[in-house]
Amino acid sequence: MRELKITPIVKGTVIDHIPAGMGLKVLKVLGLDVQEIKYTVSLGIHVRSNKLGWKDILKIEERELKKSEVDKIALIAPGATISIIEKGEVKEKIKASLPKRAKGIMKCPNPNCISNTGEPVEHDFILVSEKPVKYRCKYCERMLEDVLKNII
Amino acid sequence: MQDKDFIGKDIVSIRELSNEEIEHILQTAKKMVDIARGKRVVKPLEGKILGTAFFEPSTRTRLSFESAMLRLGGKCLGFSEATTTSVAKGETLADTVRMLASYSDVIVIRHKYEGAARLAAEFSDKPVINAGDGAGQHPTQTLLDLFTMKEKLGKLEDINVALIGDLKYGRTVHSLAHALAKFNANLYFVAPETLQMPDHIIGPLEEMGAKTQKFNALEEVIESCDVFYMTRIQRERFPDIQEYNKVAGIFRLDARMLERAKKHAIVMHPLPRVNEISPDVDATKHAMYFEQAFNGVPVRMALLLLLLGGEMDA
Ligand SMILES: Nc1ncnc2c1ncn2[C@@H]1O[C@H](COP(=O)(O)OP(=O)(O)O)[C@@H](O)[C@H]1O
Ligand SMILES: [Zn+2]
Repeated sequence: MRELKITPIVKGTVIDHIPAGMGLKVLKVLGLDVQEIKYTVSLGIHVRSNKLGWKDILKIEERELKKSEVDKIALIAPGATISIIEKGEVKEKIKASLPKRAKGIMKCPNPNCISNTGEPVEHDFILVSEKPVKYRCKYCERMLEDVLKNII
Repeated sequence: MQDKDFIGKDIVSIRELSNEEIEHILQTAKKMVDIARGKRVVKPLEGKILGTAFFEPSTRTRLSFESAMLRLGGKCLGFSEATTTSVAKGETLADTVRMLASYSDVIVIRHKYEGAARLAAEFSDKPVINAGDGAGQHPTQTLLDLFTMKEKLGKLEDINVALIGDLKYGRTVHSLAHALAKFNANLYFVAPETLQMPDHIIGPLEEMGAKTQKFNALEEVIESCDVFYMTRIQRERFPDIQEYNKVAGIFRLDARMLERAKKHAIVMHPLPRVNEISPDVDATKHAMYFEQAFNGVPVRMALLLLLLGGEMDA
């Protein structure tokens, strides 16, 4: 029998194969406020992985992820696998892949960009290269260099 | 490529125009020259209104757009200073643009923030032309530069173009370099070390197939260039006046230097110039900067005509 490092969940989401050390960042962007939530979240830090050597793994009970959250995870933890668990079984498995358009999930670091001036628009980026990860702001057309730092 | 493919399009960034589209705009501009000079009177845009939103001051660009519209029989309205509009009261650009779009058929915008024209295009149901957004894009300047080169040299492919002066901060040269790279031009970047073309601009140019080279003196490229594209080096970029004077001297073009240039070589400048081109160049056949400034009119006429689907009778 395979070993589940963290107690099985009946319903919820498992984010696996997070590059080791990025688990806390994933938790943070999901905005899971422990004062508020009514379900269990478990984070495995530095867990053995056959594929990655070491990885982080996050399990959230009772909660599904929104599209924008999956996109954010792809940006922070490329290659992570997201499994949706229902009745204790994996119902669906998504590989977090870099979104072609990143709308409302990263902010443009250029202070002179119109998207930072209180106009009624969301920050919007277009993927120009996957390796290395490069996004271009739809508005000021500047390349975003530090994806992690600019996630909203 | 046909005229009607342009109807309703926005002209925000040179990046989005294909070589074919650029060529079509330049061909249309060529047909506009006589009209721009007042030698022929036409009215393909009669009854149409150009709305000009100049949040930042401009003389050349604004007047050449207005001249272009008037020469085609259209009319203009708008503002040339943000302080006199509701923007001063805190209205968003999105709302100002919605308003202006409802009063006109095409909008020209200049703004201090980068990406303002893209945003305007999103909120306007009429075509938007970017007339400069901060340190960002200024596609009609690039088009008129290309037009001038094409007219004088007969082609854009494989020409040797030296971009000279402030290549670090100048948005004009960044857009122009990008456009020339699309046509596989050879680009010579001639600038003091501190104002050289940034690597993040050069990288993509080379990926597009341009051949680029850096130089730190004008002397080194005099004999090989087809185009000398001069730009102003700003005094403020240097810690002291001596340093500035030294640099300004090295990147200044005069008639004597041009004696060694190719016969057909042209000297261009987006203007206003300060002293990077000696006045004795004006009288040489190489001087093309005044004609270049005039070319802003036919090129902008071409855009207005194409975006509005105006029909020329003859
Ligand atoms: N009922 C469950 N409760 C908690 N975690 C589970 C449950 N079922 C599967 N998982 C976890 O979800 C991830 C994906 O599951 P699975 O497809 O079986 O694994 P793998 O991706 O390693 O082939 C794994 O990390 C697994 O440990
Ligand atoms: Zn931006």
